[in-house]
Amino acid sequence: MPANRWWMRAREVAGAPKARGLALSQEEWTQAAQDVAAAGGRLLALWAARDEGEQSSATIYAAYWIEAGLLLTELAIAPQGADARYPGLAALFPSASRMQRAAFDLYGVRATDPDQRPWLRHEPQGYDFLPVLGEGVHEIAVGPVHAGTIEPGHFRFSVVGEKVLRLEERFGYAHKGIEKRFTQVPILQGHRLAARVSGDSAVAFSWAYCQALEGMAGCPLPDRAIWLRALCLELERLANHLGDLGALGNDAGFAFALAQFSRIKEELLREIERAFGQRYLFDAIVPGGTRTDLSEQAAAALTARIASVMGEVKELRAIFDEHSGLRDRFTSAGILSPALATRLGVLGLAARASGQRLDARVDLPCRPYDELPPTKVVRTEGDVAARVAVRFDELAESCRLMRLMLATLPAGAHVTAARMPESGAFGVGFIEGWRGPVFVALEAGPGGSIRRCHPHDPSWQNWPAIEHAILGNIVPDFPLINKSFNLSYSGPDL
Amino acid sequence: MLKTLRKIASVGIVSEPPPHADPLLRIRSALDEKIRSVLGRALCIRHVDAGSCNGCELEIQAITNPLYNLEGLGIRFVASPRHADLLLVTGPVVANMEMALRRVFDATPNPKLVVAIGDCGCTGGIFGESPACPGSVRACLGKVSNVIPVDVAVPGCPPSPVQILAGILTAVSNAGGAASGR
Repeated sequence: MPANRWWMRAREVAGAPKARGLALSQEEWTQAAQDVAAAGGRLLALWAARDEGEQSSATIYAAYWIEAGLLLTELAIAPQGADARYPGLAALFPSASRMQRAAFDLYGVRATDPDQRPWLRHEPQGYDFLPVLGEGVHEIAVGPVHAGTIEPGHFRFSVVGEKVLRLEERFGYAHKGIEKRFTQVPILQGHRLAARVSGDSAVAFSWAYCQALEGMAGCPLPDRAIWLRALCLELERLANHLGDLGALGNDAGFAFALAQFSRIKEELLREIERAFGQRYLFDAIVPGGTRTDLSEQAAAALTARIASVMGEVKELRAIFDEHSGLRDRFTSAGILSPALATRLGVLGLAARASGQRLDARVDLPCRPYDELPPTKVVRTEGDVAARVAVRFDELAESCRLMRLMLATLPAGAHVTAARMPESGAFGVGFIEGWRGPVFVALEAGPGGSIRRCHPHDPSWQNWPAIEHAILGNIVPDFPLINKSFNLSYSGPDL
Repeated sequence: MLKTLRKIASVGIVSEPPPHADPLLRIRSALDEKIRSVLGRALCIRHVDAGSCNGCELEIQAITNPLYNLEGLGIRFVASPRHADLLLVTGPVVANMEMALRRVFDATPNPKLVVAIGDCGCTGGIFGESPACPGSVRACLGKVSNVIPVDVAVPGCPPSPVQILAGILTAVSNAGGAASGR
């Protein structure tokens, strides 16, 4: 395994388990990427950094998920003027293209790959969509303001009649300058901003941030804090899956599903609020542990609530399975084949519905998942029905895990004093959120500041897959197919 | 089918009474009270995400669930600003959404109301307002009222469904007076 020679050379990185990193020359950067691709590794994130100042040097980073763990490679780019280019990775990892374009928009470092269109930076003169020519072909432009209560983004369909020939996504509409904002926040407060990178994954991002921070500072957590964090993460997974299942039924014309699932979700959110003081756990994870403890009474109420959710979902799943209208809309809609999912490097829930056996909780478990391992849920059909089924199965698995966590909740403190990392310390966080693995790279600056922080949402990898899954489907099935992936706009828009 | 009907019957009606309007949320009183009383609560809302983290969207979606039952109040979400009386805007407004937000506002027929949702919509929140400095691009323009006029602002990160409902009802209630019950 040639990828292993980079792993052997690399040095341990703080934070996430089994993370190593190394600095490479330009030739090595390309060679390492080729070796990782040949070994079936995934590009997890690609990002850049540059210090303030006119002629400052920049660094480009690539994080890979290989069998041995997380391999971080970095390449220093000397200030050689505007023509300097580093070797692009899009031919090996298609998802690299948008990340490289974003890195140019934010830090002015250019890759050698052909697509040089801006991504996060929106130019007043517009954007060059790839046109589809031929008799009867026309375009439908959708967004950035959509018909539903969702985030902003633009979709350009080229269609004949109602059949989609091509879809091109144009994002960046939720670009808030999050990486820059991190540098203005004290490092012990950064978890609050991390929780708001993508609001539906607040626990995943704030945990990943704290995992990096605590690793850098050498801050061991009390067991109770670890268990409570995992409980919060699984509650976040449960709430999102409940919301999605209702919305998916509704998008297929079954309003009953939305009414029932949104009611069950609301009852769960109220239970979470009684237990942790917040409906959505934006501020539950803090450096050193969790913001609040869980009382015995609240733990009992949560256990009962999880049992009742599970009972109702079982009933509703039987109704879904018997509903011929839903089966008709879900089955064979928006197929992402396992081969294509591998080629595109898709991650998380959508990947597992297309035969990808990837779950960070199992493959690279942090505590407590090493002691409480989830069963991986994998389907191979890759259609909307598979993504619905994965949600149902993962929801049940999360409920099983949470009941175990609540039953084995260790006694003791829920938080310990947070420690400040030294200036220059570097760490990463890697947490399997409900949508997929979120990754955070954090570097401390002087005086308790953040030198740089890159939060990475799996939607970077998964959005391009929708452009393929929609092909040959009809335009009216797009909302259903899009919802079955339910990707984040804010997360990758940074 | 039987299972579905049985479930509907066993769950029954779970809707709760709506909250009262809260005049403290009102930051501007542009609409004539007479118009407001004509509009009543037969209200059409267009939601615009001007750059939020998606947290507020989750709670806005919640007000349509059976417990808050927005439609039971005669209020509904519509697919186009051209059909809307009220814009529900989440922020912070980012530079890449400024033009779209202005166009949505212009496309909404008069008389119209704007409710800013969440800490970011009210003040820019945790994302703040990128400073204007020459040569660099401003990503984040901050609160909604920096871009379009706002009638009611609902703080919270995210605000609860009850707070969002109270904000909407405040926008259509007569100044100081409470919107009538369900």
